Amino acid sequence: MSNKVRSIKQIIKEFGVEESSAIQILQAIQHDYGYISKEQMQEVCKNSSIKENKIYGIATFYSQFKLAPTGENLIRVCKGTACHVRGADNLLEVINEELHIGIGETTTDNKFTLETVACLGCCSLAPVIMINNKVYGKLTGDKLKVILRKM
Amino acid sequence: MSKKIILKVGMGPCGIAAGAQVIFDELDVLIKNFNNIKIDYTSCNGFCHLEPLIETTINGKTLIFANLLPEKLLFLLENINKRTILSKEIMVIEKETKLKGQNRIVLENCGIINPDRINDYLEKEGYEALKNILLNNKTAEQIIDIVKRSGLRGRGGAGFSTGTKWEFARKSLDEQKYVICNADEGDPGAFMDRAVMEGDPHRVLEGLIISGYAIGANTGYIYCRAEYPLAIKRLKQAIADAEIANFLGDNILDSAFSFKVIIKEGAGAFVCGEETALIASIEGQRGLPRIKPPFPATKGLWGKPTNINNVETLANIPWIIRKGAESFNSLGTEKSKGTKVFSLAGKINNAGLIEVEMGISLRKILYEIGGGSSTTKSIKAVQLGGPSGGCIPVELFDTVVDYESLMSTGAIVGSGGMVVVDEDNCMVDLAKYFLQFIQSESCGKCTFCRIGTKRMLEILTRMTDGKASLEDLSKLKRLAQNIGVASLCALGKTAPNPVMTTLRYFEKEYLEHINKKKCSTGSCKALMIYIIDEEKCIGCTKCAKNCPVNTISGILKKPHFINQEKCIKCGKCEEVCPVEAISKS
Repeated sequence: MSNKVRSIKQIIKEFGVEESSAIQILQAIQHDYGYISKEQMQEVCKNSSIKENKIYGIATFYSQFKLAPTGENLIRVCKGTACHVRGADNLLEVINEELHIGIGETTTDNKFTLETVACLGCCSLAPVIMINNKVYGKLTGDKLKVILRKM
Repeated sequence: MSKKIILKVGMGPCGIAAGAQVIFDELDVLIKNFNNIKIDYTSCNGFCHLEPLIETTINGKTLIFANLLPEKLLFLLENINKRTILSKEIMVIEKETKLKGQNRIVLENCGIINPDRINDYLEKEGYEALKNILLNNKTAEQIIDIVKRSGLRGRGGAGFSTGTKWEFARKSLDEQKYVICNADEGDPGAFMDRAVMEGDPHRVLEGLIISGYAIGANTGYIYCRAEYPLAIKRLKQAIADAEIANFLGDNILDSAFSFKVIIKEGAGAFVCGEETALIASIEGQRGLPRIKPPFPATKGLWGKPTNINNVETLANIPWIIRKGAESFNSLGTEKSKGTKVFSLAGKINNAGLIEVEMGISLRKILYEIGGGSSTTKSIKAVQLGGPSGGCIPVELFDTVVDYESLMSTGAIVGSGGMVVVDEDNCMVDLAKYFLQFIQSESCGKCTFCRIGTKRMLEILTRMTDGKASLEDLSKLKRLAQNIGVASLCALGKTAPNPVMTTLRYFEKEYLEHINKKKCSTGSCKALMIYIIDEEKCIGCTKCAKNCPVNTISGILKKPHFINQEKCIKCGKCEEVCPVEAISKS
């Protein structure tokens, strides 16, 4: 989430009312608000020439767009090939054991959300996870437990 | 003034993840007491396994200080000229030895220049190719001819002749044309394009500008994954600096040629690496591919003739124009010219980026450059080309790297990701992994890819769960063949490759899963149990104490037992056993 939050109308003004601006508008909303709500999508459509079915189709097609708010900390477990062959699944199990959440879920205290990501591109450090914007590499189940418990 | 020693901290994402930012900040403080030393940063030099690292040149020798720890930095600064003393505490490597077997064209500046300074690029003959073209009034046809003669083929995976592709777009007559740089590097395990964009962004720009000139386009797009924020930031900086220097904008270098570049951020969809899906995404639509023809060269972005090249392809262009077609086509094999960048990852010692001449054998890459297996087990196979590629077994490691040779094994050069697997990895599980990826990334437009890959994944899951029959195996083969033939785009057509190649070389493993309900690598958890060897167990109770689900029982100093029904197969007991009495079976 960004400090400077633009209104939906400001965002539309910045990127244009045409259908071709839909992705950029959604990216901007997510950047400013952290996720995209149904109401925000409807407001976009009211103030532009983008149809509701179009914007919803785009928002659900691209994995970048989140349609629900995430917890305070976003854990992203890399599922790239290098991480897979070096045991990324074990890390998911550890997180499940420690925080009782599966992929796409948020802890009941709203502290953590768990996601997977196709590849973070730090393959030499596999297996890796990213918590918020920090990458943790060469992980083992025990190292991960220490990191999670510290948070 | 005596010459300053410049310490360049490698600040690629890999380096930063390994702690390069801490190193840089710490150096920044310490450096104030050392007048003869300056610090700077560069991007990834490819030696990811040595991160965090510093590169420097002392007495004409380029050295790498590797695997650095912040607490050793003061020692490093104090003894910078005393290599024997340094080597006692810090890993000092001569860069030359690390580059043995490599031939760097695309990566020639990566890890050497500061990517945020255009002058660094200019000092390395940057923009000389563009100047050469515009100041000597070279025609588009002349440029296309050079690229054609160079033998350069698309580095995104398909391997189509770049010069011929340009010629098609050139010959499509229209007032408005576009060029696009495909930087949607989506293959898991591949990070070559990211490294080039972050390490040498102007090189990509120069290639794109030249491609625009050659086909007659005035606008270029760079479609980059949103997962690469640093690449986007550095490209934006590069575009701004190139505009100031008039390498971009109106009447570039006082010629009649005008060109602008727009960055489009992807929104996370693997299928957008496919040309027509990428175009749909730039147009603001869902990234769905469409049937070709018409090819983008005649009907592309906004219906106009469009040329799309991958990052690495474009990064080759300035070098080819500067050095001539012959310098490039003298490298490589008969049909595959030049070099190729690969990312080495998985169970390999020297993980990182390498650039090698086409025609080198896989064995040389994996053992001589890659340093062999990073585990106690030996290498079993290498996976090339990600979800569209295939697995090549160790018996075929004498295969040389070129488009045709690799294709004959069932794999592809692909974008250049090489993931090494060892004896501990199960090939059925690996095939399942790629199918999972494809399933979640299939755009859903055509039935073969949408439903076919789902059925394949279900069969593979039954196999790894020990519930598959021999009939499943023949179904799997039939599905793989049909999906390969009938899918609409390359994503679907190549989706069966990981299954086809593992079936071809590791059918034994499939049969073991089906007939014996067994996975001898222990990767498939449903098929594996932990057992305690009664003879070896000393009854120390460590395993019982550490078991997270309290499923191990036994009396002190007597052999212990695992209740298999409750065991979650986490492996903790095996890890803590002091006498190695616990093993997978």
